[in-house]
Amino acid sequence: MSNPKFERPLSPFMNYRWQYTNTLSILHRVTGIALSVGLLLFVYWLVSAANGPEAYASAQAVFAHPLTIVALVGFSFAFFYHLLNGVRHLVWDAGHGFEKSTARTSGWLVAIGAVVLTAMLWFLLVRGGAV
Amino acid sequence: MAQFRLPKNSVVGVGKTYPAPSGAKDVRSFRIYRFDPESGQNPRYDTYEVDMATCGPMVLDALIKIKNEIDPTLTFRRSCREGICGSCAMNIDGVNTLACTRATEDVKGTVKIFPLPHMPVIKDLVPDLTNFYAQYASVKPWLQTRTPAPPDRERLQSKEDQEKIDRPAACILCACCSTSCPSYWWNGDRYLGPAALLAAYRWIVDTRDEATGERLDALEDPFKLYRCHTIMNCTEACPKDLNPAKAIAEIKKKMAERRH
Repeated sequence: MSNPKFERPLSPFMNYRWQYTNTLSILHRVTGIALSVGLLLFVYWLVSAANGPEAYASAQAVFAHPLTIVALVGFSFAFFYHLLNGVRHLVWDAGHGFEKSTARTSGWLVAIGAVVLTAMLWFLLVRGGAV
Repeated sequence: MAQFRLPKNSVVGVGKTYPAPSGAKDVRSFRIYRFDPESGQNPRYDTYEVDMATCGPMVLDALIKIKNEIDPTLTFRRSCREGICGSCAMNIDGVNTLACTRATEDVKGTVKIFPLPHMPVIKDLVPDLTNFYAQYASVKPWLQTRTPAPPDRERLQSKEDQEKIDRPAACILCACCSTSCPSYWWNGDRYLGPAALLAAYRWIVDTRDEATGERLDALEDPFKLYRCHTIMNCTEACPKDLNPAKAIAEIKKKMAERRH
């Protein structure tokens, strides 16, 4: 059956369709990594505060930069998505919500919820004059 | 470690196109993965144009028509053509399913057909399922007892107890679920995968089985069970509408419960 002259090829797998299942799952991992990396920004902010007024002022300038704000918007989305989807996983681990229709609904709720919470947070920040 | 690229010998090239007979009105294209172990060449895609006016409704009908009338070298597994044997499991239009229960009409555009993902290919659409079956055997899918059976009758079960195993016992071992699982792609040598774990669950919850403890012990392993990250591709793929993801979660729950 096997041909020693030729090793069996591996069938393609990266062409598997992006369904809501694998998409939300990979997003959970990506946002998890983003949260770890994003924490470095806050460490930098705290360290600058500990280093005196000049260091703190330059850090404030960095945080006022539009690119940093974009990164912070991304960070807050990652936070809300990872939080909500984490709760979804917790419910699954308790053995609930596995019916296909339920899992799909909870997936949509998590995705929409993360966008809405991110928008609300930044709406409040902008209105409060923090940004 | 997750690996995203195909090895050199597995990269798929472009093959031949077999045009539809002239005069055919309702033509559909089928782009099919081909691999010939005798050729010493890489796999390729061949495209077959099929006249749907003279073809049955299911993807399997088209495959059989292609084999009968266009290219007899096309190789695939099939048997029952009614979704009970699990032989014709393959990746159609990006998702794993049975060719016999998937209607060509439900696929948009070119019908792309691959063998089950991330498996060694024997020929064309025929993957090597040796490891998959070995994993199934490793969960000891049979009744294990210590106490002797009643002398005058079978081991009886209540209706409620039977209902616990009705669904998981309906698995046809087509491998659609396991080969849809990214965890299984990348850790298939150590992670048992949804199909084998669904089978394990079927015996764990069987009230007649007396080896529940040993069955759970056997799964107490960082890879065999816990590489499941509840991606849910398995449940989404199952052509029998079973729920391996839930079965795995129930096993994990039993593991947690018996520690307390």
